[in-house]
Amino acid sequence: MLPDSRAPSFRETVDAFAAALADPAAATPAQTRGRVGAPDALRFAVYRNNIALSLIASLAARYPITRRLVGEDFFRAMARAYAAANKPNTPVLIRYGGDFPAFIAGFDPARDLAYLADVARLENAWVEAYHAAEAAPLALAALAGLDKERLAAAGVVFHPAARVLSSDHPVASIWAAHQGVGEVARVENWRPEEALITRPEAEVLLRVLPPGGFAFANALLKDASVGEAHQAVGVENFDAGAHLVGLIEAGALTKLKTREDG
Amino acid sequence: MAAIQPPAPRIAATLPHRAGVGLKPEHIDQIIAERPDLGFFEIHAENYMGEGGPPHRRLEAIRASYPLSLHGVGLSIGSPGPLDRDHLSRLAALNARYEPGLFSEHLAWSTHDAGYLNDLLPLPYTTETLATVVSHIHQVQEAMGRQMLLENPSTYVVFAQSTMAEVDFIAEIAERSGCGLLLDVSNVLVSATNHGFDPEGYLDGFPLRHVREIHLAGFAESSDDAGRPLLIDAHNSPVRDRVWDLYRLVIGRIGPTPTLVEWDNDVPEWPILHAEAHRAEATMVAAARGQGELRHAS
Repeated sequence: MLPDSRAPSFRETVDAFAAALADPAAATPAQTRGRVGAPDALRFAVYRNNIALSLIASLAARYPITRRLVGEDFFRAMARAYAAANKPNTPVLIRYGGDFPAFIAGFDPARDLAYLADVARLENAWVEAYHAAEAAPLALAALAGLDKERLAAAGVVFHPAARVLSSDHPVASIWAAHQGVGEVARVENWRPEEALITRPEAEVLLRVLPPGGFAFANALLKDASVGEAHQAVGVENFDAGAHLVGLIEAGALTKLKTREDG
Repeated sequence: MAAIQPPAPRIAATLPHRAGVGLKPEHIDQIIAERPDLGFFEIHAENYMGEGGPPHRRLEAIRASYPLSLHGVGLSIGSPGPLDRDHLSRLAALNARYEPGLFSEHLAWSTHDAGYLNDLLPLPYTTETLATVVSHIHQVQEAMGRQMLLENPSTYVVFAQSTMAEVDFIAEIAERSGCGLLLDVSNVLVSATNHGFDPEGYLDGFPLRHVREIHLAGFAESSDDAGRPLLIDAHNSPVRDRVWDLYRLVIGRIGPTPTLVEWDNDVPEWPILHAEAHRAEATMVAAARGQGELRHAS
């Protein structure tokens, strides 16, 4: 058979189809046929549209508060731009869009909404906590009988669902004020906030951390001991014991690693 | 503690010859609270591929009371490239955990070098593509330790180089791979309208003896470059009369078969979806009885 009369291979056909999907300006793939025996742009557009709309819907489901903050049209335009450049790297779409907050931070039309990317970070942490593995949270009784020295030397294991984040904006208050569909409560105190997200049982919980809480938890997350984490916090009269109890009560920890554990 | 619960007693895995619906997050708390009478629920496997949390807790509660059908949308069986082994492992893990009565996937591709495209994309029907699909299905059935069902697609374009009719392609896949078939009756009408063939003729040629499950869904209506009607498989509305007619025809030929009403977009309130399942079940019973009477009379 002459080379130019050879039908394209399976691979070549799919490659051409995928290339045309990726480029809205590309011609309809030559091998495709509509009803009248020729490539049909409107038919091919159904596939392009399905992909874009389904990915936008997936982002809208992951970032409901971000969407509410900017409105439907703005959100869709921003999500469409993200989805055009960022295809999922897995068919597991509950993992899609984890770096949408970083995209928002660099999205020029949103530059006046300095808090928007941080609200999205919080929403992403919430979804990650929602799907995280089950684990039994640590009970306060684990602290019983530990003297100050042994406690300072101890490390912790975080629950798979636990997340902390720090923002220059009242990110948790904004998030809470925009829940549901009713009137938006005014965020009275516009100040930086640090938040802890946990899911010790069935429900995802969000709490605002007291000052120093993020630095303390973040150091523990990076394997510092309680004493080292205390040192890492630059807040006067910081009560590491109280913060540790707070993390345990929130269900953020699963284990206390004392020296005896090795 | 949450992590170490004894497995709850479960209802049997086998899907009854009744109607079921796709399990939507919007309805699940109401369903767990009210335990409505229904043949089974179908889940999209990919929605339950997180490690833990509320989705799995709720699905365990559903599985205790209802048989499940596991329906994958992301395996890309119709790809020229190799299957994603990690994804196959995730499917096998869900299959082992929830013991679904049926497992199904699509005659389509969705993954390419650029990533996962999140749509069921069409493939040409040739001896080359047939061999690839059959080998992928062998791999799936081996990894999961069970028969899979392959679903007929809804398509908006066909390929110039196709050398086989879709029904013959699907029949040959079933023969060579030993897979069963999921007959999506709405997809038959969508493709028949889009490509100008007769849906009854398609069903005449379809290897109905391999059908283990039926899908019914609503579609959207549009038009193509030539101004011809183009139906879009949108799963966003009630099942249409012409689909019910085709469904009666299929049930008349193969008898009662597990039947799923799919409604994935613009999801209605639970009572509306539940009523649609009731309608499917009543239609199934009437069509099967009608066929019995015909056979009796002849």
